[in-house]
Amino acid sequence: MLESLGKLVQESGFAQILLSEDGWKALAMVLIACGLLYLGIKKQYEPLLMVGIAFGCLLANVSVLGGFENALYHQELWNNFLDSTSEFYHSYGYILSHGGLIDILYIGVKAGIYPCLIFIGIGAMTDFGPLISNPKSLLLGAAAQFGVFFAFFGATLLGFNGNEAASIGIIGGADGPTAILTTTKLAPHLLGPIAVAAYSYMALIPMIQPPIMKALTTEKERSVKMEQLREVTKTEKILFPIVVTIFVVLLLPSTAPLIGCLMFGNLLNETGLTGRLSDVAQNALMNIVTLFLGLSVGATMVGSNFLNLRTIYIVVLGLVAFSFSTIGGLLVGKLMYKLSGGKINPLIGSAGVSAVPMAARVSQREGQKANPSNFLLMHAMGPNVAGVIGSAIAAGFLMSVFGG
Amino acid sequence: MQLVSLTSTTIQGEMLGLGDAFLKAILGYAVVFIGLILLMVVIIIVGKIMVASTKRKAAAEEKAAPVETVKAAPEAPKKTAPGSAGECKLYDTDPKVAAMIMAIVADQMGKPLNELRFKSIKEVK
Repeated sequence: MLESLGKLVQESGFAQILLSEDGWKALAMVLIACGLLYLGIKKQYEPLLMVGIAFGCLLANVSVLGGFENALYHQELWNNFLDSTSEFYHSYGYILSHGGLIDILYIGVKAGIYPCLIFIGIGAMTDFGPLISNPKSLLLGAAAQFGVFFAFFGATLLGFNGNEAASIGIIGGADGPTAILTTTKLAPHLLGPIAVAAYSYMALIPMIQPPIMKALTTEKERSVKMEQLREVTKTEKILFPIVVTIFVVLLLPSTAPLIGCLMFGNLLNETGLTGRLSDVAQNALMNIVTLFLGLSVGATMVGSNFLNLRTIYIVVLGLVAFSFSTIGGLLVGKLMYKLSGGKINPLIGSAGVSAVPMAARVSQREGQKANPSNFLLMHAMGPNVAGVIGSAIAAGFLMSVFGG
Repeated sequence: MQLVSLTSTTIQGEMLGLGDAFLKAILGYAVVFIGLILLMVVIIIVGKIMVASTKRKAAAEEKAAPVETVKAAPEAPKKTAPGSAGECKLYDTDPKVAAMIMAIVADQMGKPLNELRFKSIKEVK
C-alpha cells in the first residue's frame, strides 16, 4: 500500500518538477503559458489563436512532467523526424505510432496543411475590390515588406543562420499563417517563439503603428481626403483570383500553397455560385483549423527550445520587423503623396503590412483624428490586402532561397 | 543543406556572411517589388479591358434604347420620400441595417437626415 503510494507520488508531475533535470524549465513554461493566457483572455491579444497557443504550451509542458508515455507532445520524436541520419527521418508513420494527441495534430503544421487551409478561409473573407479599383495599392503592399528583409539582415547580424533569419524576418509580414508555414519549412525549432511574436505584435498593431505614423507624416498629409474608388464589376472580381494565381505562381512557384489557397477561397466567395463552400471556408473550416493550429503550435514551446537568449532576440527582432514594415509603407505612401500632387494620404501606406483588417482600421482612425470627415478605410483596404499577397511573395522568395 | 544537431533540437541551415545576407535582403525586397509591379500592370490592363467593354455595352444599350421606347411605355419615375436626395445603393447590406447606419451617422454629425446624402453603403468584409 505504502509502496504503491510512494510510486504514485514519485511519478507525479509535482515530484518531477523537483526530481527531473528539465523540471524547472517545464514549470517556467507553465508560468509563461499562464502569462499568454492572461494576454489572450484579459487583454484580448488575438484571442482566437493566442488562447489555443497558450493552452497548447501549458498542456505540453504539464504532460511532459508525467513521463514520455503520458506526454501529449514529444520533442524527441520530432528531432528524430528531422534528423537525416535517423532511421525515422521524415517518417510520419513513426510519429503516428509513437506520438501523443498533439504530435498527431502537429502533423498538419509540419506538412504545411493548416496555414494553407486558413488561407482558403482568409481568401473567402477578403474583398479585393479596393485593390482592383486602385492597383497602385500593390506598391504600398510591396513597400511594407521592408521590415521582413530588414529583420532578416538584423537576425543574421545577431548570429542566426540563414533559415532562422528568414523565419524571423517573415514576422514583419504581419501574417500569422505565412509566418508559421515559412518557419515550419525553414526553422521548425523556432516555431513557438516566432508564432507567439507574430500573433502578439499583430494584436499590438494599434499601439505599434500610430507613433510611427505621427512621426513620419505631417498633419497636412494625414488630413488628405482621397477620391472615391471606382466600382468594380463582378466579372473583374471573378477574374482577379484566377489572374493572380496564374501570374504570381508562374512568377514564383514557391508561393503556390499560399497564393493558390488564398485565391481559391476568394474565388469561392466571388462566383456567387459556391456560397455554401465559401461559408464553410470562412466559418467551420477556419474555426477547426484555428483550433488545431493553436494547440499544436503552442505545444512546440517546450523549455529546451524556448528558454534561451534567442527567444528574446526573436521577440525584439519581431518588433523591429513590424516597425520597419510600417516605416517602409509610410515612406512609399509619402512618395505617392508627392507624386500625385497631394491626392494620396500617406497613412494608407502603413496598412500595407497585411494584418487584415486591423492595420486598415488604424489608418482610418489616425486619418480621422487629423480630419474628422476623412474616411480612409476603403482606401487602406487596398494596400492591406496587397500586403497579404506581398508577404506571401516574400515568404515564397525566402522558402525558395533557403528551402534547399 | 546542412543538418546540425545542437543540444536537444535539430537545426537546419547554414550561417550567412553579412555581405551575402545583405545582398539576399536587397534581392528579396526587389523580387517582392517587381512581382507586385508586374501584377499591378496586369490588373490595370484587365481593368481597362473591363471598363472599355462595360462602356461598349452601355453604348450598345443606348443605341438599342430608342427602338424599345417606341414599343414599351416609359417607366414612371420612382417615388422618393419628401426632401430625398435620391437613391442610396446598398452592397451586401440589409435595408434595415442601412437605415440604422444612416441614423447613427446623422446623430454623430449632429445634422438632420434630410440634409445628408448617402450615395452607397457597402459591408466591409
